[in-house]
Amino acid sequence: MSTPQAAFAADRPRATEPGPALRLSGVGHSHAGGQPALREIGLQVAQGERVAIIGPSGAGKTTLLRLLATSLKPDQGQLELLGQQPWTLSAAARQRLRTRIGLIHQAPPLPPRQRVITAVLAGRLGLWSLPRSLLSLAYPLDRQGAAEALGRLDLADKLYMRCDQLSGGQLQRVGIARMLYQAPELILADEPVSAMDPVLAAYTLGVLNREAQRRNATLLASLHAVELALEHFPRIVGVRDGRILFDKPTAAVGPDELAALYANEQLECEPAPQPALVQPLNIPRC
Amino acid sequence: MLNPTLAQRDPAAASRLLLTLLAVALLWPGLGLSELDLGVLFDGSNADTMGTFLAGFWPPEHGGEFLALLWQATLETLAIATAGMALALAVAIPCALLATRALSISALSRGGRPAWWAQALRWPVRGLLIVLRSIPEIVWALLFVRAVGLGPTAGVLAIAITYAGMLGKVYAEIFESVDPLPARALLGAGASRLQAFFYGVLPQATAEMLSYTVYRWECAIRASVVMGFVGAGGLGQQMDLSMRMFAGGEVASMLLTFLLLVLLADLLSRVLRWRFA
Repeated sequence: MSTPQAAFAADRPRATEPGPALRLSGVGHSHAGGQPALREIGLQVAQGERVAIIGPSGAGKTTLLRLLATSLKPDQGQLELLGQQPWTLSAAARQRLRTRIGLIHQAPPLPPRQRVITAVLAGRLGLWSLPRSLLSLAYPLDRQGAAEALGRLDLADKLYMRCDQLSGGQLQRVGIARMLYQAPELILADEPVSAMDPVLAAYTLGVLNREAQRRNATLLASLHAVELALEHFPRIVGVRDGRILFDKPTAAVGPDELAALYANEQLECEPAPQPALVQPLNIPRC
Repeated sequence: MLNPTLAQRDPAAASRLLLTLLAVALLWPGLGLSELDLGVLFDGSNADTMGTFLAGFWPPEHGGEFLALLWQATLETLAIATAGMALALAVAIPCALLATRALSISALSRGGRPAWWAQALRWPVRGLLIVLRSIPEIVWALLFVRAVGLGPTAGVLAIAITYAGMLGKVYAEIFESVDPLPARALLGAGASRLQAFFYGVLPQATAEMLSYTVYRWECAIRASVVMGFVGAGGLGQQMDLSMRMFAGGEVASMLLTFLLLVLLADLLSRVLRWRFA
């Protein structure tokens, strides 16, 4: 299972950056019920790299991203983020490390009554003092910064609206704007465009990739739409049943590998097997 | 469609009937224990006594001198309730923040369940809140009347102590009842607990907190009246005097004042909820 990716890691050119943005070896995690969600994950991503994580539903993509966001603790293995091992740090140092990691949630957790500007400015709370955050809650201080982040996603006109007045796709973009405002070194995106129409999804992924490149930030995004992953990301990691099935440059990913990634035993057992299983997955979910 | 008998019989019916019978069986002895006997109310002489007492209520007293006294007592009652609530809030909010599980950083990586040692640190605060609210305010009032003498101060302190316990407990539970994900996302991006509270929890909890606080303020007005009977000032003390003098008209005026105060609190609560919900 780990052979192809080990070979890949070996012949990859050494990055010019001082160290990898993240390094996982033998990482495993089990759900509360004890059933394993991730097994023997080995992954190394250099600073500034952009990686798409694809795989069928329930493969462990979200668990992997949550491990990288330090919102889950691995049961086994070594996890190193931005040159630090988060779970050997003190709680305060871990909170500081978390300010350098930005997670885009599939359903952005924003209080419905909060204004968009406040929700975006909350991205930088980890860097702000308490008095400053309280003042900004009453009277938003960095209006320019929030407007700029929203402007990159075509939402500048929603600055003073309430979050419950926005659609699902707009909320997802507010979540991305918050992350842009946070300006983390490691960007993790869990299905960041799942609530958008195909055109908007492609546009938003373009913005996300450009911004990551411009800031030399590392970007890992899980995506349902394989087409979007192949189009926007130079490196693809295929996850299935809690393991990494393949990890290659996009150009090297073949259709047979994608078919193996998404092959569904249960559906194949049905009396009338569907001819093109990969096809429906190319349609972004709306 | 699967089984025709399934549609005929509600599988929950038997357990519901059983629960109802159980509730009745448990509550029935309660009537006996509390010695509740409604017949006493309509017993000849008792009804007469109550009748004369109530007949004295009309007309409500409205002499200028009395109204000035009533106004003064009402202001004093409002002041006792408000000052008591303010002191209670000063204690309740920090305690609620300490006691709530909603702002746990250790819960972040444990699927929302804080570590046992983090829970253990919350227990002393929860215990303090329980002690504060388990002793009735009237007992505190009696204690403070002895300590600081007759007057509103005793009432203020008594309300502050008891209500700090109630508000702290309920606030902590309100914080836990709102959607935890916004606060968790902020904690996960490096925010501190207080920052996560102000940006993730408070926006969702404001309406509920305001509504409960105004309701408690209303309760504090009533409580300050009860405590007036033991000498803690305000309308209660005035009412105690009027009752001793069998001045039913004065009592009626004061009860009407109460009605107005409660209406006022209700209105305030509605306005605040409308503005913040």
